[in-house]
Amino acid sequence: MADAGRHPNITLLTGSQVESVGGYVGNFTARILKKARFVREGECTACGDCVEVCPVVVPDEFNVGLSSRRAIYQPFPQAVPSAYVLDQDNCLGHDPIKCGKCAEACQKNCIDFDMNDEEIEVSVGTIIVATGMEVYDPTVLDEYGYTRHQNVLTSLELERLISSGGPTQGEVVRLTDRQVPKSVAFIQCVGSRSQRRGNPYCSNICCMNTIKSTLQLKEHYPEVELKVFYIDIRAFGKGFEDMFRRSRGEGVHFIRGLPGEIKEDSDNQDLILTVENTATNQLEEHRAEMVVLATGVHPPEEMHIVQEMLALQKCSDGFYLEAHPKLQPVDSATRGIFFAGCAEGPKDIKESVTQASAAAARAMRLMTPGKLLVEAITAEVRPEACTVCGICAKVCPYNAIVVDKKSGKPAVVTEAACAGCGTCAAECPADAIHMHHFTDGQINAQIDAILEDDPAGVIPVFACNWCSYAGADFAGVSRLQYPANTRLIRTMCSGRVDEDFVWRAFKQGAAVVLVSGCHFGDCHYIDANHWTDKRIKRMHRKMEKLGIRPERLQLEWISAAEGVRFQGVMQDMEQLRAGVSPKEIKETQRVLAEQKKKKK
Amino acid sequence: MSEQNQNIEPRVGVYVCHCGLNIAGVVDCEAVADYAAGLDGVVVSRHDGYCCSEPGQNRIKQDIAEQGLNRVVVASCSPRLHESTFRQCLAGAGLNPYLLEMANLREQCSWVHGAEPEAATGKARDLVRSAVARTKGLTVRTEIEVPMAKSTLVIGGGVAGVQAALDLADAGYQVTLVEKEPSIGGMMARLDKTYPTMDCSI
Repeated sequence: MADAGRHPNITLLTGSQVESVGGYVGNFTARILKKARFVREGECTACGDCVEVCPVVVPDEFNVGLSSRRAIYQPFPQAVPSAYVLDQDNCLGHDPIKCGKCAEACQKNCIDFDMNDEEIEVSVGTIIVATGMEVYDPTVLDEYGYTRHQNVLTSLELERLISSGGPTQGEVVRLTDRQVPKSVAFIQCVGSRSQRRGNPYCSNICCMNTIKSTLQLKEHYPEVELKVFYIDIRAFGKGFEDMFRRSRGEGVHFIRGLPGEIKEDSDNQDLILTVENTATNQLEEHRAEMVVLATGVHPPEEMHIVQEMLALQKCSDGFYLEAHPKLQPVDSATRGIFFAGCAEGPKDIKESVTQASAAAARAMRLMTPGKLLVEAITAEVRPEACTVCGICAKVCPYNAIVVDKKSGKPAVVTEAACAGCGTCAAECPADAIHMHHFTDGQINAQIDAILEDDPAGVIPVFACNWCSYAGADFAGVSRLQYPANTRLIRTMCSGRVDEDFVWRAFKQGAAVVLVSGCHFGDCHYIDANHWTDKRIKRMHRKMEKLGIRPERLQLEWISAAEGVRFQGVMQDMEQLRAGVSPKEIKETQRVLAEQKKKKK
Repeated sequence: MSEQNQNIEPRVGVYVCHCGLNIAGVVDCEAVADYAAGLDGVVVSRHDGYCCSEPGQNRIKQDIAEQGLNRVVVASCSPRLHESTFRQCLAGAGLNPYLLEMANLREQCSWVHGAEPEAATGKARDLVRSAVARTKGLTVRTEIEVPMAKSTLVIGGGVAGVQAALDLADAGYQVTLVEKEPSIGGMMARLDKTYPTMDCSI
């Protein structure tokens, strides 16, 4: 930590949040808001004079509320940067007339009430997302009485109590009588591995954390009686089984079964645990002077902010989705963005460090050459066909198209800024935009080929590369079975799916058509899928006018993690397809052929 | 537009991959390859145990050289997995990598229609036909070179963020480490001792 604080190549911005990120791999621009600390970082010597005079006392969040701090404080003794920080929400004294005692006490004069938030812009080639996790709040699991019984703690609270730098200088005491407990019971999987409440996944760290705590407690208090209530003990890492064995060797009692209820003995605030021991099939009652809930972890509340900013995808468990679970475990689907630590899933320190080094190496691999080749999938305007209407410039999420209506010059695409979504090509009323590698000709040929044999019997699906097509792949990896008459056509973005593609499929005799893309906020091309949405709605209105049932054209948002949803959508599509009669298809073909004649 | 090969007669090579039994366990790969051989423009059509293996790729390269292929269709796994592999294979044989098209016979066919081998084989035929049709419109493309800033933004100053930042900084890259709390350290700083070494966390 200290190394990171003083490294010449690291700019450390604490109390800061990334507000927005623009650009693309090799050339991201991030706007960062650094909140005012009200203490000049470089000058504060962390002497603590200010703390002594501060009259405001608030719970200390670092010690999970087990102790208090002042409004001006150092988060913890080894904090980096070590400078104090003024908690604006609780300080009396922005107005120095009201208080200002700390500023008077500071001999170095480094407290500055007039300090402002700072906005900082940085240009970077790569981004590493290491947004971490939060600890599960056991309040909802009422049977454990966390809110009713003071001697029921969470593992993080025990961690602070047993820490020599914590509120009790390392003495583990009960909150009710300040006595060292003679017996402690641990309950595993609190908030984890439950389909009903909390999270369905295993939080990875709690078994070993409990085993560690039992060894620590035995070291501090050899006489303490320890019991661990568990479903399974997952001690799979290097050296872990050894620790588990040591814990048992120290006399820690591991009991298979989670308590159904914890009651408090009103005489001495001891806790009574009722548990079905699944090894003996007996209903048992155990007493403990303290209970520790081994709480699991979950993604942070505000994770969606970074997710939306960087167009990242989440798994069903809420953590970020990696580009490939085995082959690209630290890459995001967006090139140049990597994951480290619990942002991608619950993991312990060793795994977090391993993954962080991997993410750093992956980032270096991209950055070392100093330049990058990007896929040559860009839009190009055919000047002779351009009517200078300006629609392409309006729909481009990257402002990569310039149209000068006044001079009447045809639209021009800036190739380096074009990300290749193809929305412009789909929206161009004059068909004047050529989408390299996803041309009208190429996609039309695919539509024709798919519908050549049995147009009414198959389901043409337009799937965007990043979400829906990846979702279909995920369904495959999960071996989820769905009707075999589905035929996918991949485009980079659902924004590429031209009205003409869909009309063409119906003209060829398709019973139904599905267009699928990323959920709003997940689109890899900022908001190109909003244009897909508008386009499909527009088509539905047209279909209604033409007497074609609009539900034959479906639009679905399917993320890369939603294999199950993909399967469900395909089953629904098949049901829909089966309900379209040959007569209806013929009628559609006739109507569309007439339309074409009219146009001519 | 760099479409130098637009007027050249397409000579397509089709390679149907068994992927061991991953595809061949459901799809009749030989039948698909036979079918593809009859498609317009296809001059070579083969089925192979593993197209991505070295012998598999060498086969493709050899055909490009000997049969004068100017388009390649690999019917195997998802392009999201192996498109770059086969693009490199084409480039290695002197063919522009954008003249490749893949048909997804594994993730989107054999793995999801395991109980319907006949229907899956039919779908595989359609996917290969669609891929062959698409290749005819493919054009030579040159990748665009963009400058790469040698700097990284690390969001989050817990143990993972700090480790990543240090690795990058030690290697000479500029790092901006952003942490929302007033100190870095994250969750780990709150732990007294950590397993399996039982030493202090800070």
